[in-house]
Amino acid sequence: MTDATRLAELRQKFGRVPEGPSDPKPGTVSPREAQPRFRGLESGHRACQGCGEALAARLVMECAGPDVIVANATGCLEVFTTAWPQSAWRVPWVHSLFENAAAVASGIEAAMKARGKNTKVLAFGGDGATYDIGFQSLSGMLERYHNVLYVCYDNEAYMNTGIQRSSSTPHAATTTTSPAGKERMGKRHLKKDLVSIIAAHHIPYAASASVAFPQDLQRKVRYAMGIEGPTFLVIHSPCPLGWKHDSRLTIDVARKAVECGLFPMVELERGSLSNVMPIRQVRPVTDYLELQGRFRHLFADDPRAEEERAHLQALADYNITTYGLTGGDPDNADTVGTAAVGRGGHPAGRLRP
Amino acid sequence: MREALEGSQAIARAVALCEPDVVAAYPITPQTHIVENLSELVAQGDLHTEFVSVESEFSAASVVLGAAATGARAYTATASQGTLLMAEVLFNIAGMRLPLVMTVANRAVSAPLSIWNDHADSMAVRDSGWIQLHATSNQEAVDTTIQAFRITQETELPVMVCMDGFILTHTMEPIDLPDRMAVRDWLPPMAFSRSLDPERPLSLGMLVSPDYFPEIRHSHHAAMQQALAVIEEVDTSFHSRFGRAAGGLLTVEGDPEAKVGILAMGSTVGTLRAGMAHYVEAGPARLITLRSFRPFPAEALREAVEGLDCLIVIDRAISPGLGGVLGTEVAAVLSQSARPPHILNHALGLGGRDIPETVYVDLLDAGRDPDAPRFSVFDADMTKLAPEDR
Repeated sequence: MTDATRLAELRQKFGRVPEGPSDPKPGTVSPREAQPRFRGLESGHRACQGCGEALAARLVMECAGPDVIVANATGCLEVFTTAWPQSAWRVPWVHSLFENAAAVASGIEAAMKARGKNTKVLAFGGDGATYDIGFQSLSGMLERYHNVLYVCYDNEAYMNTGIQRSSSTPHAATTTTSPAGKERMGKRHLKKDLVSIIAAHHIPYAASASVAFPQDLQRKVRYAMGIEGPTFLVIHSPCPLGWKHDSRLTIDVARKAVECGLFPMVELERGSLSNVMPIRQVRPVTDYLELQGRFRHLFADDPRAEEERAHLQALADYNITTYGLTGGDPDNADTVGTAAVGRGGHPAGRLRP
Repeated sequence: MREALEGSQAIARAVALCEPDVVAAYPITPQTHIVENLSELVAQGDLHTEFVSVESEFSAASVVLGAAATGARAYTATASQGTLLMAEVLFNIAGMRLPLVMTVANRAVSAPLSIWNDHADSMAVRDSGWIQLHATSNQEAVDTTIQAFRITQETELPVMVCMDGFILTHTMEPIDLPDRMAVRDWLPPMAFSRSLDPERPLSLGMLVSPDYFPEIRHSHHAAMQQALAVIEEVDTSFHSRFGRAAGGLLTVEGDPEAKVGILAMGSTVGTLRAGMAHYVEAGPARLITLRSFRPFPAEALREAVEGLDCLIVIDRAISPGLGGVLGTEVAAVLSQSARPPHILNHALGLGGRDIPETVYVDLLDAGRDPDAPRFSVFDADMTKLAPEDR
């Protein structure tokens, strides 16, 4: 069976594709039904309202599935999708431990190879599982060149255990283990530059993405899926509970993280920067920080607060300079154009007449 | 045909006969020669497998976990610290009831650092839910390895084959390796009922609330108990196909009229057997070899000790503050017998201390001594210790 036929069959079987010939009379079929997507991760799971990670995982699955096997690290995604006897996954899915998703994925991939199958293997982990406890097994997987797409859903702290700092938590953010007080202004250390470390393995493709830019995110997933070899995607995924922002602001918060330069959107191939998402109009970091309770102490009447805000601004400026993020002319791949083009709009940001 | 093979080399060849799809391992003394030999077989084209050279034992166990979850035949090997680094994954593999085979080249656990043999490593993971089989010789280790692939497939429980580090792994002996075609014929093609497959998506390793957890643990326990019969059947089937058995659940030898019994696991049995043959004047004994440590063959053991006044249990590991691990378990199981023997428990050969044949005489002497302690580190020389440490 060819891959295309097999894929079509699997889509038909599991993908909720409408049955029978579609008759898209205007107004009778919603745009969603007219353009059915593979639902690898079903609705009805137990994620919090406004969960960035759930959205990111759904977006990834839409363009990765259905001929995949997922190895999921311990974390929110695992817990809210698979409370026995219910599962939200329409693809084969396995959770083993916190720190071994990359190694489990390596084993699945080795078994696929041994049996001559083309099924793509995905590994999912949060920032705790990826930046910290599972870092070694991830490095091993990349070095051994397994054909696995590793996706890190980065919500910048251990959210599943109740918001503790990880090495991905941004500088100055408060968590339950990096609280602000008389002696401390939140986390004292920098967010680990994981993408650079991953890229240093000289793997074919490593990129960052954000739930605020779903078209860009899905383009990156599709690109990675087409590569035979290890690929890595880190997706900035706000956690309303942990970041202490309103649930309805998830996309807004995520967009502002990119627009201020604190979360650079980059693509690296074989260790070299191959693409960035230019920022049409750079915002000050305070536009991003002020939406979130985890940075509330940075707006107190305190000289240290001003100092930390300046520090975060300097980190954003550094990213903008290092990756060349300042946009020139309106561009259909910049922070405004990407979203507009994805919606069928014009790169300049105006909708077509 | 018998060939002179080092234990590790023989194990590698036995694994190759079972044609695993995936092998993952990390080197650790005294397991290293097994993975070296497997790598060599792969390099020479004599073994077609995905050999994954991982960055830790933790990943070795995780890689074979992933492979097994897809229904692939998978194998790994480790020892000592490696077993402990794997510990979290080993519990996970067993809890998910994945079919896997692993060799443990038994070695002491640090500190103090010791590369030599005892059973502290496999004992540390005895509650992980793996089947644990102990080999007394290299031939038994080879045969048990081949059997393990069939046991794991039939029970869907992982199987650990324990063989004493150095004493077996690094010893050259004449070994009869079965014929490749005969093994292929005897060992059915790999099949796993809950494999990861896009054609039939399943979720494995889910979050389980208190509403279901005790039932899952109970079913694991029940599956282990049912595995007792499978271990025996597979050994019987192996015997009828290849002409020799590898020790069933346990074996009994020596004088059936003897009132004293000695129970041991692993290569110590060979030493005791030789001691019994050489030192007839020490008196008769019944020698019980426990092959299946998990599942524990309680019923078979109660039958094996019938008529004994005294049972000396040899431990190669201790639980500090309690005593011997095996001895404590044997005492617990036999406490339900109508007339249990008096049980003495001695730890021997910890950290590779040589066990001489004369130990047979010394053990029987201690058995006759009414003042002998119920537990001791039998070969510890108290003169090497400060008085307050004795």
